[in-house]
Amino acid sequence: MATFGNLSDRLAETFKNLRTKGKLSPADVDATVREIRRALLDADVALEVVKDFTGKVRERALGDEVNKALNPAQQVVQIVNEELVAILGGEARRIQFAKKPPTVIMLAGLQGAGKTTLAGKLAKWLAKDNHTPLLVAADLQRPNAVNQLQVVAGQAGVAVFAPEPGNGTGNPVKVAKDSIKFAIDKQYDVVIVDTAGRLGVDADMMKQASDIRKAVDPDEVLFVIDAMIGQDAVATAKAFQDGVDFTGVVLTKLDGDARGGAALSVASVTGRPIIFASTGESLDDFEPFYPDRMASRILDL
Amino acid sequence: FTKPTIDANTWEDLEDALLKADFGPDVTDSVVTDLRAKVDRFKTTDPKDLQRMLRETMEERLSRLDTTLHLSERPAIVLVVGVNGVGKTTTIGKFAKFLATYGRTVVIGAADTFRAAAVEQVATWAERAGAAIVRPQHEGQDPASVAFQTIEYAKLHGTEIVVIDTAGRLQTKGGLMDELGKIRRVIEKQAPVAEVLLVLDATTGQNGLAQAEAFIQHAGVTGLVLTKLDGSAKAGFVLAVQEKTGIPIKLIGQGEGINDLTGFTPHVFAQNLVG
Ligand SMILES: Nc1nc2c(ncn2[C@@H]2O[C@H](COP(=O)(O)OP(=O)(O)OP(=O)(O)O)[C@@H](O)[C@H]2O)c(=O)[nH]1
Ligand SMILES: Nc1nc2c(ncn2[C@@H]2O[C@H](COP(=O)(O)OP(=O)(O)OP(=O)(O)O)[C@@H](O)[C@H]2O)c(=O)[nH]1
Ligand SMILES: [K+]
Ligand SMILES: [Mg+2]
Ligand SMILES: [Mg+2]
Repeated sequence: MATFGNLSDRLAETFKNLRTKGKLSPADVDATVREIRRALLDADVALEVVKDFTGKVRERALGDEVNKALNPAQQVVQIVNEELVAILGGEARRIQFAKKPPTVIMLAGLQGAGKTTLAGKLAKWLAKDNHTPLLVAADLQRPNAVNQLQVVAGQAGVAVFAPEPGNGTGNPVKVAKDSIKFAIDKQYDVVIVDTAGRLGVDADMMKQASDIRKAVDPDEVLFVIDAMIGQDAVATAKAFQDGVDFTGVVLTKLDGDARGGAALSVASVTGRPIIFASTGESLDDFEPFYPDRMASRILDL
Repeated sequence: FTKPTIDANTWEDLEDALLKADFGPDVTDSVVTDLRAKVDRFKTTDPKDLQRMLRETMEERLSRLDTTLHLSERPAIVLVVGVNGVGKTTTIGKFAKFLATYGRTVVIGAADTFRAAAVEQVATWAERAGAAIVRPQHEGQDPASVAFQTIEYAKLHGTEIVVIDTAGRLQTKGGLMDELGKIRRVIEKQAPVAEVLLVLDATTGQNGLAQAEAFIQHAGVTGLVLTKLDGSAKAGFVLAVQEKTGIPIKLIGQGEGINDLTGFTPHVFAQNLVG
């Protein structure tokens, strides 16, 4: 990304200029805010979130806490960091388990975001913790999604509920519903429902997701989103919030060099916490999401 | 653009619209500067003129490159590359069908030997498209050797077009990018590569440019395919990609069905981009 410079580089450059001076004039604050705005846009943070964010930073930067600070520039850095962490969710949140098993986790998101892979990652991680997860093949749309989930389940060493072959045959709502009974009968304590990728603008498919949700009454609905996504993150996140509603977010493909501005966009627009980070193609490339680390990753502080 | 005269708000709305369409801050600045100059030159005050000028600018900028596919060699070999999950395999299914409608015979090389059920997925598409397929002979076979065998198949059977599916890879993974270079070299030992298509997902933001640059460097991309344009994303980032790399968009994907693939029309694309 050296060709256009990333968020960290840009802010570092701006802050370097600030650090050389003593006090911040309103013009200094304007210049900084402009740089932050540009850097956030380059990092794919959604425009409305950028406006909101820079508004808050400007207000605080012009206030007393900065003027009275020993090192005003350092104080601005601090503010940017605080505001970022606040949007990203403050404390890390963990999966909510049901009081009475099975705990049901439904996955939803755009096509190709990384849902099926995540199903395997979650299952493997839970199995290590002595859970007995069941993967449910409720994507009956994408060619060979059912086979893919079966392979992934094999790799994770967990069971899979796949009564329908898919590729356009079978009813995903029924499969999802039946999986709960199956899990109770066979005493699986976590059910992970993989669903087909769908666009926010596809009303029929959003309705299907909502029907699956009603059928399984999940403890968690995880919205899976690709860290490379651009400005569309907002429209898509809103569509999934309105259509299925979700309880948490998983950011995928963080092993690349995308700055992941979507993290800010989605968290800010939906108010839902980001719970996990997916960082590769193998089933172990997966970790809890730490808002402070993400802010530091973005800011490179 | 509902205001009667062009004022500061009009310019801010324009800037916002471009940013929201993923043009990115640099291209947005350059487009706005361009248009300001035009508005001054033509002494325009009607925002409708501004919108028309914007559409024309876009169309003009997008029309500079040759968007036709070059598939005259026999066999014509098409290598399909891109980051994870953008729509490579689906595009191959649609493309094979598209070629079949023009009476071409097609064989698909299932050279994604890595991802779970990738071979089965592309085999389903081959069947739907009525194309032949060459599968790996064992699990985890070297993708370059699958590509090699696919071309052998085409030569043996006189198949006109070879399309090679590859595993998704992030452009930052050196080893995987080198593997693409190897696939290309192995193919070229047998026949020239007609097209290397880089698949880009319309929902992508500014990272699209980094993707294009890396894949061009490692695989010698000759054309872009833009997928998922049936969603709400506008894919404004491709303007920067085109201008910085000079690689044309050759195909557009607009759905998950086998017929949801078309050639690239700058006029339609510009219309969709700016309204
Ligand atoms: N590099 C990288 N690749 C990933 C990650 N997560 C998933 N992938 C890859 O992204 C591609 C798509 O992943 P899937 O799990 O099939 O995505 P999906 O959301 O189930 O896709 P659909 O079912 O088609 O909507 C595959 O090539 C995965 O290997 C990640 O964190 N990093
Ligand atoms: N809406 C829409 N979905 C698409 C389009 N093209 C592909 N998809 C979907 O995107 C998802 C990923 O498509 P694939 O063809 O598997 O992508 P890929 O690049 O081969 O993925 P990997 O091999 O895992 O890297 C699937 O769910 C496809 O159905 C498109 O133009 N529009
Ligand atoms: K994607
Ligand atoms: Mg899937
Ligand atoms: Mg594929």
